[in-house]
Amino acid sequence: MESPFRSEAAAFRFLLVTIGAFALIVVTSWISALLGFVTFLALSAAAVWMYVGQRRRESPGNADHTGEPAAARILVVADETLGSDELMSAISTLALTQPARFLVVCPAVDTRRKTSTSAEDAARAEARKRLDATLARLASVGVEAHGELGDSDPLQAIDDAVRTFQPDEIVISTHPPGRSSWLEGGVVDAASARFDVPVTHVVADVDARSRG
Amino acid sequence: MSTHVGAVHEHHGPPAAHQSSRVDARTLGILLFIGSEIMLFGSFFAAYFFVRVVNPGAPDTWPPEPYEFPVFVAGVNTCILVTSSFTMHWALQSIKRGQRVGFLAGMVLTFLMGLAFLLTQVVEYLHVGFNTGDGAFASVFFGLTGLHGAHVAVGLTLLAMVIVRGFRGHYSPAHHHGVELPGIYWHFVDVMWIVVYTTVYLL
Repeated sequence: MESPFRSEAAAFRFLLVTIGAFALIVVTSWISALLGFVTFLALSAAAVWMYVGQRRRESPGNADHTGEPAAARILVVADETLGSDELMSAISTLALTQPARFLVVCPAVDTRRKTSTSAEDAARAEARKRLDATLARLASVGVEAHGELGDSDPLQAIDDAVRTFQPDEIVISTHPPGRSSWLEGGVVDAASARFDVPVTHVVADVDARSRG
Repeated sequence: MSTHVGAVHEHHGPPAAHQSSRVDARTLGILLFIGSEIMLFGSFFAAYFFVRVVNPGAPDTWPPEPYEFPVFVAGVNTCILVTSSFTMHWALQSIKRGQRVGFLAGMVLTFLMGLAFLLTQVVEYLHVGFNTGDGAFASVFFGLTGLHGAHVAVGLTLLAMVIVRGFRGHYSPAHHHGVELPGIYWHFVDVMWIVVYTTVYLL
């Protein structure tokens, strides 16, 4: 349930509901204290029922589909490996096997050095370039994708995106073990444990290709 | 002398803060503030209900004889405060539609009604017939209603700032966040008064 104080209009509506509810409690209490207490309990139960009902309606898993199946929502998270052949191949495979919408999130800073030296502006600019290039490539092959820069903490970035995008699957792309700070920090394992959707790990050896 | 056109820096200081939560930072701030306020009022209500339950005449006699709460005056005050929420809502709707006269009139009316509420409460305190030293019931009464009164005073300060800025030409249909947040706070204060009035005066 959304906060009743999320906006002035919502707070005003909440005030009117409060006045109505308390007026009912007062009137019934004047008739009988027990009746007033029962009214209070009934109104509290109604509030809980509305809360649960709203949560169910908001849950994407309970949406009724009468036409074509809804497109799967796939969250792609990558930083320096964004745009790598391995990741693009994984996205293409997912797009071919099912109707899908992609949200590409690029956590902008991935090293403690960049964070500690406040080199975030440059890092974000680079991340934005990679993101735009990747989105352009995906659009050119007909894949519906949107993108955004995320929090510098990859888990926090995933958490934010899960809250707003509600993905059916998460794809995390990293460097190979030994060179990936995300793997070192247990990002993939933590994401698998935290989120109740399949998490696919794509390893992209960008450095090997650039050396070759 | 040489001119470095390409080296002009538009941004000074540290980079802009990254926003990890999708809730607007200012809205999140007032939500957290209201959450803490609810807990503060909750502690006062806990004290109030405790005193009321352990009062010798419970549950039939409240407040203890020979004292009485000024239910009617507080009821009139409640009407004033509830009406001020309507004018607050009208003010915000007006500025959203670009109607400055309605916005300013709504804000001034809201402020005046809030001030009337507060002054009436002061007069009520002066004539209520008991003081904080007359027992625990009096302490919780003044504590709870006084806590709310303090919040009204804070709300009036916020409204006064909005009014001053409004008369200086601030706010527009696109930029009215500075009205929205005091409006949320004002409605919250109103909601709390409904709870206080109902539990302290009526039930």
